[in-house]
Amino acid sequence: MIGFIKLLSRNRLSLAGLVVIILVIFTALITPILPISDPDVIDTKNRFKTPFTTDALLGTDHLGRDLMSRLLWGTRLSLAVGFCAACIAALIGSALGIIAGFYASRVDNIIMRGIDMLMAFPYILLALAIVAALGPGLFNALIAVAIVNIPFFARNIRGVTLGITHKEYIDAARLSGMTDTRIIITEVLPNVFPVIVIAMSTTVGWMILETAGLSFLGLGSQPPQADLGSMLGEARAALITSPYTSVVPGAMILIIVMAINLLGDGIRDALDPRLKSGVLSSPRPRTLVANYNEAKNLDRSELLSVSKLRTQFHIGKQNYKAVDGVSIYAKKGACLGIIGESGSGKSVTALSIMGLVSSPPGIITGGYVNYKGSNLIHTNDQELQSLRGNKISYVFQDPLSSLHPLYTVQKQLEEAIKAHQPVSQEEVYQRSIELLKSVRIPNPEQRAKDYPHQLSGGMRQRVNIAMALANDPEIIIADEPTTALDVTVQAQILSLFRELTRERGLAIIFITHDFGVVSQICDEVAVMYAGKIVEYGPSEMILNHPAHPYTSRLIGCVPELGKGKRELASIDGLPPMVDRLGHGCAFAPRCEKTISECLNNDIKLKNINANTQVRCLKPEIHL
Amino acid sequence: MLGYILKRLLSAIPVLLGISIIVFLIMAMIPGDPATAILGSYATPENVEKLNRDLGLDKPLFKRYFIWLGNILQGDFGRSYSLNKNVIDEVIERFGATLILAGTSFIMCSLIGICAGVLSSAKQFKLTDKLITFIVLLGISIPSFFLGMMMILLFAVHLRWFPVSGMWPIYGARDLTALISHLALPASALAVVATGVIARLSRSAMLEILRQDFIRTARAKGLDEKTVIWRHALRAAMVSILPILGIQAGFVLSGAVYIEMVFQWPGVGRMLVDAILKRDILLVQGGVVFVAACYVIFNIAVDVAQHLLDPRIKA
Repeated sequence: MIGFIKLLSRNRLSLAGLVVIILVIFTALITPILPISDPDVIDTKNRFKTPFTTDALLGTDHLGRDLMSRLLWGTRLSLAVGFCAACIAALIGSALGIIAGFYASRVDNIIMRGIDMLMAFPYILLALAIVAALGPGLFNALIAVAIVNIPFFARNIRGVTLGITHKEYIDAARLSGMTDTRIIITEVLPNVFPVIVIAMSTTVGWMILETAGLSFLGLGSQPPQADLGSMLGEARAALITSPYTSVVPGAMILIIVMAINLLGDGIRDALDPRLKSGVLSSPRPRTLVANYNEAKNLDRSELLSVSKLRTQFHIGKQNYKAVDGVSIYAKKGACLGIIGESGSGKSVTALSIMGLVSSPPGIITGGYVNYKGSNLIHTNDQELQSLRGNKISYVFQDPLSSLHPLYTVQKQLEEAIKAHQPVSQEEVYQRSIELLKSVRIPNPEQRAKDYPHQLSGGMRQRVNIAMALANDPEIIIADEPTTALDVTVQAQILSLFRELTRERGLAIIFITHDFGVVSQICDEVAVMYAGKIVEYGPSEMILNHPAHPYTSRLIGCVPELGKGKRELASIDGLPPMVDRLGHGCAFAPRCEKTISECLNNDIKLKNINANTQVRCLKPEIHL
Repeated sequence: MLGYILKRLLSAIPVLLGISIIVFLIMAMIPGDPATAILGSYATPENVEKLNRDLGLDKPLFKRYFIWLGNILQGDFGRSYSLNKNVIDEVIERFGATLILAGTSFIMCSLIGICAGVLSSAKQFKLTDKLITFIVLLGISIPSFFLGMMMILLFAVHLRWFPVSGMWPIYGARDLTALISHLALPASALAVVATGVIARLSRSAMLEILRQDFIRTARAKGLDEKTVIWRHALRAAMVSILPILGIQAGFVLSGAVYIEMVFQWPGVGRMLVDAILKRDILLVQGGVVFVAACYVIFNIAVDVAQHLLDPRIKA
């Protein structure tokens, strides 16, 4: 409860709403003992006095009644009626919801069909029909508004009840011989009660507005008694000559409803855990670059070189250093593998190259991505956009969610081509069919008309690859493109990638967690752990003679076919959280060779031979 | 597709029957004797009994329901005693005026609401977003009848841009320009609340979509941000925005009752309120059943549109 109030108080607008609503309720409660004149005393000599001119602070209405006094009494009445309607709707609606949810099957069916019928009406029609039957009057209006809101409660509460009736404690209560009534009262009710309260708090504003509306139409409170709605309705006749008589009650309704809405938003936000972690934020078109330290470009000779890249995630007060000074090079006609466990920063490295890391929370804080002499981290948006999908393209992990679900394959391919090349509709169609052929999709003319959900997983990934090839790229960055596929399809996709490097001379950066995949297609490999590269060199060398203890343990996790019965290794413990890395080697806590020096200082990536670099004080050197 | 539409239309039959039963039962609850209400309190008992027999009120409830149902299926909703006119003629005429008002309003709130929601989500946490969020909050909190009165005061009385009330000028041609100038204020006043709700829900629907993988793919393809937001994201978000529009149509139709009172619009809402105050029960009954039935049909249209929009459902 205290935590909830703390959360609520973080939202200043909601707090303001809470203060206002408490003030209004307090004033309404003490209205009878306030020294104000009788709201119903008619004084026709003093009609339409403007505010602040007489004793009546807010002026007088068309019968010379004190507006201030009428406003306070009207507010009191409106609040009471709204609150009563909310209680009645909550009581009946929740009862129906609990019964429907608890007994389920037939009872549920009958009740919910009835509720659906009520919901088929635009709400005011039903309210009007009820008032027509019962006759105008505040109490009847209250009943009408309550009935109209019953379906809302019934549906919500039914859902919650349905969710808990299969819980073990309900079964236990049944087995112990408790009657249904007792189970509902002692077991179900306490669990759904919070939901009822929340539903009430979000609808009470509505109900105040709806009863005020019926009164405004002359169907609610009858003279001389007045709630805010009927005050407004009576003032309408004199709208043009004495507008303040309308403004006073109207503004009051606005204030009350707005305060309740603000408070309701605050309550909802405080209860929705997703909003707290900031997940519901939309990523910008490009990863944010902030506190940027441009690193020196280490190499100009390769097609693409990434130097000392730093990408962080700022979530709340935590700062996750997902990529911490990574340098890699992509060579023409070669495949570079980046391998590591989940959370090692391999995907973030790949996505940072073209500014595709979700931001917020991602921020690039340093590094240099060199492509043809310009730093991609610092190019303007237009230049980056003209390279994306054109010279440098991506293939992502989940082939289904990476494709737009509502567009056909053809449309998505054509779009990729047209984004960078001004070609005719006829040509763009031919090209997209050729692309589908080139990734060996059978019957491409037919498949082009399909939606992604109609294709198999392997076909989808082929479409993604075709899309990446649309503009003859120089570099393809593939982020675990085979992880979501089954093994045979995986092999086909890998051979497709191998062809692309060998035959088209493409540079491929291949992200994976599987050394088996590395051995099949990668020429070089960078092993990542906790945001840093721990070993980098020719893949054949590293596969056969891993120098870093982490690499050798990782290779030990790969099952080998036909190599006898070997205990499949695993690495004890978990990778460290990258928000609180201390000094020293991040792998030290899981390493068998740890010595005290490992924990003291940061360890540099050092060459152990001409081609291989290792970040370890005691690398296994094979001669 | 045709099969689906047919299936949906068939499924509307029990809903429509349910609506007719609910309305009939509510009206049957009316205390007192309709015959006395029609004939006045000085009527002789013989006359009351005769009228009761003529109206079929001496028969049991369920028989009366089927007689009434049979009549309304043939378009006979009875005669309004206060207007001395066939109920169905009056309802259709008034409903036309309501459709013009609510329809315009609905188009306004859908367009503006979705645009505001999309802008707000694309510029999340920036000034545009905060501004839109605040205006939306104000919009959904203001009672439409109060807003309408204030608009009359400002735009009709002080600035004299638009007429104060009514649907047509009292003198002068009943042409489109006249209609638009009369329509501007009430349609805007009616649209405000729904615009706010639609903007709010469109924003969250868009935020949900914008963090999906296929948006990242669209960006990785090198599409410009306008295409990413307005084509890729909005197209996908429409799947969840469309049902919201259907629900909001009901709210616009409901809100029209207040706006018709404020602006003296000759719609079905004002007719119902007048009929209730005059105790013209047959008119109320006919109006409610007719409008509710139209709303059910409209919702089927929304379902069908949803179906067309999302190829995944077809399978």
